Amino acid sequence: MVAVKETVEQVKELDVDQYKYGFSTDLEVDKAPKGLSEDIVRFISAKKGEPEWMLEWRLDAYRRWLTMTEPNWARVHYPKIDFNDSYYYAAPKKNAAPKTLDEVDPAILDAYKKLGIPLREQEILAGVQTSKVAVDAVFDSVSVVTTFKEELKKAGVIFCSISEAIKEHPELVRKYLGSVVPVTDNYYATLNCAVFTDGSFVYIPEGVRCPMELSTYFRINEKNTGQFERTLIIAEKGSYVSYLEGCTAPQRDENQLHAAVVELVTMDDAEIKYSTVQNWYPGDADGKGGIYNFVTKRGDCRGANSKISWTQVETGSAITWKYPSCILRGDNSRGEFYSIAVSNGMQQVDSGTKMIHLGKNTTSRIISKGISAGRSQNTYRGQVSAHRKASNARNFTNCDSLLIGEQCGAHTVPYLESKNASAVFEHEATTSKISEEQMFYCRQRGLSAEEATALIVNGFVKDVLQQLPMEFAVEAQKLISISLEGSVG
Amino acid sequence: MASVTPLKTAAELSLLAQAEGSKSVRQNSFARYAAKGLPHRRVEAYHYTDIRALLKDAPAPAQKAGVAPTHFAFNEIDACVITLIDGQLTAVPTNPLAGVSMNISDEVPDDGLAARSVFPSDGDPIIALNAAFVHRTLRIVIDAGCAIEKPVLLRCITAGAVSAYSRVVVEVANGASMTLIECHECASGGLTNSVVEIAAGDDVSVEHIRVNLGDESATVLTSFGGRIGARSALTSGNFVTGGALSRHQVFLRFEGEGATATISGAALLKDRQQADTTLVVDHSVPECVSREHFAHVLDGEATGVFQGKIIVRPHAQKTDGKMMSRAVLLADGATMNNKPELEIFADDVQCGHGATVGALDDDLLFYLRARGLPKPEAEALMLQAFVGEALEMIAHDGMRERLEWLSETWLKARG
Repeated sequence: MVAVKETVEQVKELDVDQYKYGFSTDLEVDKAPKGLSEDIVRFISAKKGEPEWMLEWRLDAYRRWLTMTEPNWARVHYPKIDFNDSYYYAAPKKNAAPKTLDEVDPAILDAYKKLGIPLREQEILAGVQTSKVAVDAVFDSVSVVTTFKEELKKAGVIFCSISEAIKEHPELVRKYLGSVVPVTDNYYATLNCAVFTDGSFVYIPEGVRCPMELSTYFRINEKNTGQFERTLIIAEKGSYVSYLEGCTAPQRDENQLHAAVVELVTMDDAEIKYSTVQNWYPGDADGKGGIYNFVTKRGDCRGANSKISWTQVETGSAITWKYPSCILRGDNSRGEFYSIAVSNGMQQVDSGTKMIHLGKNTTSRIISKGISAGRSQNTYRGQVSAHRKASNARNFTNCDSLLIGEQCGAHTVPYLESKNASAVFEHEATTSKISEEQMFYCRQRGLSAEEATALIVNGFVKDVLQQLPMEFAVEAQKLISISLEGSVG
Repeated sequence: MASVTPLKTAAELSLLAQAEGSKSVRQNSFARYAAKGLPHRRVEAYHYTDIRALLKDAPAPAQKAGVAPTHFAFNEIDACVITLIDGQLTAVPTNPLAGVSMNISDEVPDDGLAARSVFPSDGDPIIALNAAFVHRTLRIVIDAGCAIEKPVLLRCITAGAVSAYSRVVVEVANGASMTLIECHECASGGLTNSVVEIAAGDDVSVEHIRVNLGDESATVLTSFGGRIGARSALTSGNFVTGGALSRHQVFLRFEGEGATATISGAALLKDRQQADTTLVVDHSVPECVSREHFAHVLDGEATGVFQGKIIVRPHAQKTDGKMMSRAVLLADGATMNNKPELEIFADDVQCGHGATVGALDDDLLFYLRARGLPKPEAEALMLQAFVGEALEMIAHDGMRERLEWLSETWLKARG
């Protein structure tokens, strides 16, 4: 149905030419030669000072990648990517490995300041932020700083860049890396295995509730570079962690590739809450430039009663190809996926989730809201499957979409596969109006039509809103109010 | 995914051998099939029905018609019956009913490239194979303004372990109404590939009913294409209990405003049967209504597949589309795969889809058993109601009752 005026205006504010994070920072950088080859893989590994087993792992992935073909089932269209036309490693030159924040290039700190990311612990403590958040800042191919490391260490939590983890906690990395997303999982994941440069590593020991929110902020700055980050989060028995991820990039005319892999592992009774505000540069109004965001995110509920929850607010990227998934292996484990995806301009979004029920009494919930405007295409693609032994598996899926304007498209492609008689799956998707009875009830009590719709939809979208951590509330607020207005149409 | 070198399966090799050097095979259409071979799970439209893996062999097309079985489930239906045995079409009644004319035509069958074709233009392999191998087309024309009371019943029989290709084109002129029933009986080891096209003009009312009662080791591939004119109503009811492997494809397109389409179906499957319903409803004009309701009852190691897609083209405003797929799994070995898709390019529409999969409700079962019904009867009663929801969308009383009786028999045999 036709979207209300206010919503149209709010989406307009988010239009591609309004992108606020499009500035770039001039820095002297250390780059790998352009292109992709075994030598580049060796170069990256050497730059990172990695052990031999890691290099072998990368080379194996690279060789396998060469035999693979790009997936073409998603509803996204783009010219063929020349993988030899970009840089796979770019790092700020000055103070290559800063020990403290004071050693970090002030230009980088400025950039983060502009982005509103607090990196100085004292600032955070001085009340700039209402609650404490530990940040790992990844700038192009390297992690520049990780805050609150010491304090986290006291709780036994390991929070560092993945390069550091490979050096300092090789036993953990070896055990878990590639155990959720196998090396040959898909084209982009395999590419990531070969050339990933940095990312975050989190380890929460048994019984620990992580004392603060952890967060990683990804920034692509250099021209012609791709960013390949790798995140690995392990929550041991009975632990809990909430992790936030943010990302932005400068406004550039060429397309840049971002192919990340995120792996989550939860043991018995553990819980991981993973939230993303994805705001990569979406390209201009004619679709020139922008980030190709080809991401593989997967969580493995390995232990009984464990839980993984994905929350995402997607506004950026020229192309989004992303399906945060949960493998519900442990009995009674639970997976959740909450998503708001707003597309504008010429953006193409093909996003959704996968819930793979393997264990008994596993439950999952999917709430997805898609809003498309301009000439964009927004697709929800989600898979729910119950395997033979997944007795009493439960899933509820709800995905709604809204179109603003006549040139965009909203699509829903759910896959429901059940191999167990006691599994119960329900799926519903609508683009329908609020019921007249509800409207009548509210109007009778003196609310205007718009107030009434806002009220009704507010209650309806709450599901997604409530899942967002406080820290993201401000950023997400604007998007959310849109989706409130929007779904009414 | 790693790239795989395609090897030809036994069925693909048989098809190639059958087409090679045969004058009656339309090589253009065959080439459209051969370009991609039999569809497999990497082909999105066949993701859940891997024909390449499931089709062990493609028997040779029948040279002459076999013998029709004596028993026919719809003997009591008062209809104008046309029997097609092994796809052989020799004679049709010249004046079957007032307002209806039939003829056997040598026209080139549509494989997706004909003007205004409703079939996928990139070439659906099953339809391309039909267009390549089918002998002649049965053409039925209903004159303008004629309300045909008696249904036209196509009895499609594959009498032995052969391939039977048939094609029926029905033209319903403005203001006419009719009922078309197609009943497929395919013998053990046989392969049926049938295509029915209906072109409905304006203000037309058409009811189409398809029944698949094939042998449990038969392969039944059926396709239905429909073009619907302004203010017309088309219903298509489906009932499946037969076939080791069956796939029914529906391609519907609205071509005039204010039309409605209702597609319903019930499938009762057991053992290792697999039945697939794939439908595409194309809202290319504004203000049309479509309803889909499918029910699957799956026992043993049966597999049910439902893939539905509602497309709303730009400017097809005020579209109202609702799609529902429900499945009951009666055994742990059963599988249901659902893919209800929406593809929407217009901003003032109401579209929804729903899909559920589950077992029978324990509370309801308990309620019935507490009232003294033995478990099998209680289950049968609940399943009868479940299937009934889809069957009651069939308007033809005789057929609906008969199908209800068939489903009852199936449920009783389950014990």
